[in-house]
Amino acid sequence: MASEERSSLSAGVESHRAPVRSGWKKAVHQFKQQNLPACKPVLTPAWVITTYFLIGVLFIPIGFISLRASMGVVEIVDRYDTECVPNSYKSDKVAYVKDMSVSKNCTRYLKVKKRMKAPIYVYYELDNYYQNHRRYVKSRNEQQLLHGLRYNSTSSCRPLELNKGLPIVPCGLVAWSLFNDSYSFSRGAEKLNVNRKNIAWQSDRDHKFGKKVHPFNFQNGTLIGGGKLDSRIPLSDQEDLIVWMRTAALPSFRKLYGRIEEDLDEDDVVIVNLLNNYNTYSFGGKKKIVLSTSSWLGGRNNFLGMTYILVGASSMFIALVFLLLHVKSSRLPAM
Amino acid sequence: MTEQSKSNRKKGKVKWSKLYTFSCLKPNFDDQQLLGQPGFSRVVFCNKPELHKAKPYKYPNNYISTTKYNVVSFLPKALFEQFRRVANLYFLLAAILSATSLAPFTPTSMIAPLVFVVGLSMIKEAVEDWSRFLQDMKVNSRKVKVHAGNGIFVERAWRTLLVGDVVKVTKDEYFPSDLLLLSSSYEDGVCYVETMNLDGETNLKVKRCLEATLNLDEDSGLRTFSATIRCEDPNTNLYTFVGNLEFEKDSSPLSPDQVLLRDSKLRNTDYIYGVVIFSGPDTKVVRNSTRSPSKRSRIERKMDHVIYVLFSILVLISLVTSIGSAIFTDHDMVNAWYLRLKVEESTDPSFDPKDKESKDPSFDPTEPLVSCFYQFVRALILYGYLIPISLYVSIEIVKVLQAMLINKDLQMYDKLSCKSVEARTSNLNEELGQVEIILSDKTGTLTCNQMEFRKCSIEGLSYGGDTTEIDLAASRRMNIEIERYRFSLDGSDSTSRSLEMFEISAENSSTDKVTLANDQGMENFGAGNLGYSVSGKEANIKGFNFRDSRLLRKLWIHRSEISNMMMFFRVMALCHTGIPIEDSQTGKLKYEAESPEEVCFLIAAQEFGFQFCRRTQSKLIIKEPNPSGVEVEREYKLLNLLEFNSSRKRMSVIVRDEDGHIFLFCKGADNIIFDRLADGGRTYQQATTMHLSNYAEDGLRTMLFAYKQIDVTEYENWNLQFMKAKATIGFEREELIEAASEIIEKNLYLLGAVAVDDKLQDGVPECIDKLAQAGMKIWLLTGDKKETAVNIGFACSLLRHDMQQIRISLSKEAESTNQVKAMKEDILQQIESSYQLTIKEENREHPFAMVIDGKALQIALANDMRQKFLRLAVSCAAVICCRVSPKQKALITRSVKEYTGKTTLAIGDGANDVGMIQEADIGIGISGMEGMQAVMASDFSLPQFRFLERLLIVHGHWCYKRISKMILYFVYKNVAFGLTLFYYEIYTSFSGQVLYDDWYLVMFNVLLTSLPVIALGVLEQDVSADTCLQFPALYQQGQRNMYFSWKRIIGWITNGIFASLAIFMLNIYILSPTAFLKDGNVADSAHIGAIMYTCVIWTVNCQIALIVTNFTWIQHFFIWGSILSWYILIFLYGVLPPKYSYRQFQLFVEAIAPAPIYWTATLLIVVVALLPYFIHIVIQRSFYPMDDHVIQEMIYCMTDVTDSPAWLREQENSKKKTHIGFSARVDAKILHLKEQLHRKKTLIFKSFVNSPIYRTMTNSPLS
Repeated sequence: MASEERSSLSAGVESHRAPVRSGWKKAVHQFKQQNLPACKPVLTPAWVITTYFLIGVLFIPIGFISLRASMGVVEIVDRYDTECVPNSYKSDKVAYVKDMSVSKNCTRYLKVKKRMKAPIYVYYELDNYYQNHRRYVKSRNEQQLLHGLRYNSTSSCRPLELNKGLPIVPCGLVAWSLFNDSYSFSRGAEKLNVNRKNIAWQSDRDHKFGKKVHPFNFQNGTLIGGGKLDSRIPLSDQEDLIVWMRTAALPSFRKLYGRIEEDLDEDDVVIVNLLNNYNTYSFGGKKKIVLSTSSWLGGRNNFLGMTYILVGASSMFIALVFLLLHVKSSRLPAM
Repeated sequence: MTEQSKSNRKKGKVKWSKLYTFSCLKPNFDDQQLLGQPGFSRVVFCNKPELHKAKPYKYPNNYISTTKYNVVSFLPKALFEQFRRVANLYFLLAAILSATSLAPFTPTSMIAPLVFVVGLSMIKEAVEDWSRFLQDMKVNSRKVKVHAGNGIFVERAWRTLLVGDVVKVTKDEYFPSDLLLLSSSYEDGVCYVETMNLDGETNLKVKRCLEATLNLDEDSGLRTFSATIRCEDPNTNLYTFVGNLEFEKDSSPLSPDQVLLRDSKLRNTDYIYGVVIFSGPDTKVVRNSTRSPSKRSRIERKMDHVIYVLFSILVLISLVTSIGSAIFTDHDMVNAWYLRLKVEESTDPSFDPKDKESKDPSFDPTEPLVSCFYQFVRALILYGYLIPISLYVSIEIVKVLQAMLINKDLQMYDKLSCKSVEARTSNLNEELGQVEIILSDKTGTLTCNQMEFRKCSIEGLSYGGDTTEIDLAASRRMNIEIERYRFSLDGSDSTSRSLEMFEISAENSSTDKVTLANDQGMENFGAGNLGYSVSGKEANIKGFNFRDSRLLRKLWIHRSEISNMMMFFRVMALCHTGIPIEDSQTGKLKYEAESPEEVCFLIAAQEFGFQFCRRTQSKLIIKEPNPSGVEVEREYKLLNLLEFNSSRKRMSVIVRDEDGHIFLFCKGADNIIFDRLADGGRTYQQATTMHLSNYAEDGLRTMLFAYKQIDVTEYENWNLQFMKAKATIGFEREELIEAASEIIEKNLYLLGAVAVDDKLQDGVPECIDKLAQAGMKIWLLTGDKKETAVNIGFACSLLRHDMQQIRISLSKEAESTNQVKAMKEDILQQIESSYQLTIKEENREHPFAMVIDGKALQIALANDMRQKFLRLAVSCAAVICCRVSPKQKALITRSVKEYTGKTTLAIGDGANDVGMIQEADIGIGISGMEGMQAVMASDFSLPQFRFLERLLIVHGHWCYKRISKMILYFVYKNVAFGLTLFYYEIYTSFSGQVLYDDWYLVMFNVLLTSLPVIALGVLEQDVSADTCLQFPALYQQGQRNMYFSWKRIIGWITNGIFASLAIFMLNIYILSPTAFLKDGNVADSAHIGAIMYTCVIWTVNCQIALIVTNFTWIQHFFIWGSILSWYILIFLYGVLPPKYSYRQFQLFVEAIAPAPIYWTATLLIVVVALLPYFIHIVIQRSFYPMDDHVIQEMIYCMTDVTDSPAWLREQENSKKKTHIGFSARVDAKILHLKEQLHRKKTLIFKSFVNSPIYRTMTNSPLS
């Protein structure tokens, strides 16, 4: 038709009118005329099948490797919050934990099912503990942690900003509720050393917690929250506090307690002596102690590997289905 | 007539005066009684403008304004416009609330984007309005000569004019306001006016002053002039005027004949004097203009609904959050001692009173309802990321860029006028992709307002070419088909087919021959239509496009019998009202006349050797060749001139030649002339009739020429009668004149016919053809008369001969009674019967066309009949409305828009089109010709009509898809991101804690996802421009709104929900609660936030990569650049000292980057989040492909190059079956030819079967 001729003709005119220009000018011209060179990928069946196939080929091995890494991790989890309450207090655990006069000592026996290679990481795990609650998360002051008493606009720390008119260092709910159960380990009679250094992030110790800032007026109120701090030690060395202050994202979380730097053999029994100080009873939280080795992927978590394998496998399956469909009916010429 | 009925009639009159009726052209003496009553109270003191400066006769001055805002109203009005957008209103509220402690974010992160978004849009508005203001200023400060007293005229700006001022307007100037004509440079006080800007009519109109003021034709004469005008109040009726003039104690009635309207132009008259009666906003043309509305595109309006949906989701999840929070606080959190929600006042003796203040109202277990409310408000702000704030500003940016690209398109650049397409508002780019009905003006839009002499038929012989363009195209196409047949049948033996082929080629050879003979005409046709001029080949004479060697260069002189031919040319040269003007530069003669047709006849006559040289009051002097071919000057005495008017449809002159013979030369419409032929004058009637229909099908305007010789005595007798009629005063004068004319204009002798071409603009038929194929309906709205409109309908293929035309107009009887009811019934009956016709079963496939005139339309568009009328109109393939006023154009546009609910586009070039341009969803002004009003009111301006094709089919289609994809993607990305915030709330006991850093949140819409989507909006092309034009059917995706349907919207929201779920859940399960690094560290909230955010960024950016079908380096740069910039951002953020970076300090370098799980999780999560969409498009493309998918695949596989038959077939299939347009006509013609062929074949076959040879053959024992 006439207009077809015209369009082809005009295309000719167009190229004629715009002589071959170089570089930037040409690109600008093409941009304005909306005919920049472009790749126009079209999802032809060949592409689709290849894509799915490639996903499968890539994902299944990754899945197996991840799974293997995760399986290699040995993990011992022991919940002790209910066991470590004397029978007389079973009915009123809150009273037990609040009662200063009762001994909080407790002993747990953990059996090693598989050889664990050092370093073995010791975690405490809390459950139903909302460290991510908005009120809680906000109740801290980064500047005070770094500069101590020199910095005194700490209104964000409310309701634990001041005590008896004096500032608290470190202020805020997070520090106040510091976890204060403590653990010691032995294998038979042999004491297992727990290295509690370097459990916090290097950057926190160096740049966020002051080297010359000492705890002040901490846990001096009538309501005692969690652990107390040794006011002789600067905050940058209070690694427990530093770890605790890194609030967890979810209400169930683990935090690093320390490292056992000795291998544990299969069938070893690790005796844990712990002080069950921390009150999780009033809100129904759980406390667990975890001993775990690690792999290049971190702790024991099969989820990643499994998902990889699942996705890879289903991709392979889809690739197959499409291949069959394509062979059966080919709508398009020259796929 | 009784008194009662008389008053009844008057009532009817008052109503009908609102209508556009020509009966009002006659001064109506009854109406005089109305003066002084309400609606007719205006008093104008001529020459005493100072009286109109104070009450009670204070009228506005002549200043006009078309701006939307003024200095004071800009801020409130523009702000109101902005906050009409719900999303903006929401963000305003959020910004106000963010100043309180409730906000989960910092106030600046809320306020800054809003100010940016609103500010940008307002600046745009201001600039647009400023340009309108400048345009107004230009008009307002035009100069006119105004009487300043003592007969001195001084130049003043238009805006300073007051009612009562006496002005002097000279030739070719516009009238500054509505004037009462006092006198003109002509003795008899007439002047010629061109009203193109008002009604689009190009012929000159004659206005006459009153006898009383005839003598005021000198500057000095006006010194003492004083009169009072009492007239109607300002109104919108262009064709009525009621008033009287009290001058020198005489009172004379005024009629529309004395009123000169603003924006019309004085032509062929040296000067006129006039009194301002309506000024500025009171003038009829301004009253007729409607305010330019702020238009919003369909998609944008639907987008509001999408935003409502998102709002509902937002409110819903906010409710869940707030209620959840209250319940949690009340039941669980109260026991969480580490939060210290309970203040144990009584039990604690050393209670710090400050503690009480630290009670957090949003987590107050003692007042759950209050904290519930606080949480609700906080949640509303928090989940604001569901509402894409940057959507508006992004769309605004994208549209400006799109408009820029449209403006820069070289293929829509008109070299002649050096103008290109201009998108005057960028709001409507995507609306261009959804147009279904085009309402077009005729003059200046489809036609160039130029007449060309094309063909004539003299003594039953046609000159100037026989074949029509349709025939040529049909034969060309059939030739191609034959080639194809030959190709496909190669080798196979099929006698019947080869017979058919032979027949076709035989058929064609005849047309081919004509083609050859007509070579030059052909070339011209090609040139005219292809838009490439073959200039320089032969100096074209403007208005004369006739190539036939038989008539040119006076070759016809040598024929044996030429007297009739000479008569024919004499009619051409004598029967007119034109005047020759000597061109001062070239010395050649130019002509001016009431209508362009007459000019074109005069030019043609000149070319044929009959040059019209001079006109005096009673003589016409022409140069004509004598039989030997020598040019001589001959003088004809003009005895009588019987004028042309719309009811007579003919014009005659009676002249006496030098030999004393008296001739009547008559030209007129075919049926009129045929009725008045003498029995002996019908020699050529049959041949001429055939030619006429051929010409008409080509869209040429035809006119018949006839003459007769009159005896001197017969003439004398008649003349007495005629003179008597002329001398009559009163309303029966017209009738008497008409009757007298009737007597003499009969027993004519037919000479032949002429055909002139109302020259179409370049490429109009092709453009209409493409638009029709793309599924658009085209309505032609014109102020011109019916015949002209129908001609143009044919010329641009809106009509064709096998179409059934429904003509709706007031019947004579109904019109004469002037009874509303009768007229209504008449029209209703016509509409009903036509509709019954169209819905008949056998007419299903039959195309209908409707032609309706202004008066009928006025009735048909009344409330009670509108539905029926529009139902009929919509079922017609083409609609032509003629004789419509500007207001009616707007009314039709609005009715069509409202009734059909489809997107309408109005295109026009004059001030008379302003109404419809503003009323339509998209208004387009043609910027080629004079007059800027249409362009000023339009949304887009085009230098040529033909660019509409590219504007709609290419740019409209692209913009529609771009904007839809863009909005859908925006919805997706905000849902995908916003919902992760919500899921996290579930894990934080709905306390309002945010997983991501504030800066991540701000950056999400601003930096990390904005540029790819803008690139998508500007550069996305589903198929290339050429392919768009080859497959006009692709355009229907926009008409059916396939890309922005609720199905798709919901689909994308679902996709977003899935993506958000995948991202959130997988992250939570992968990263918690075990260590994520080899050295045993666990991930805290900052780590999980950053990792999750990484997944979000990857997912949304990869998603857009899946949407894009046209990857230029810009898209690549933006998409992958956005992802890269996230890594840069998180790295740089971590490098900042902890004072600024808080918990993000060294996050990337120290924790995330070294963790292999971070990278593996990202890969997995992104793939999973995109998998459903990927599966969806794969299934859609493989099993339910859309048109664009198929075409994309064909291009991808290079089908267009390697397998052109398949490509062409696809192209053919994609065209919408349409009844209008060039190709449709060609198809119809081919069908017709084939039918004829078939008939011939069966005839041959029958004769063959009946032939004895066949019988013997079949009876032979061999068979």
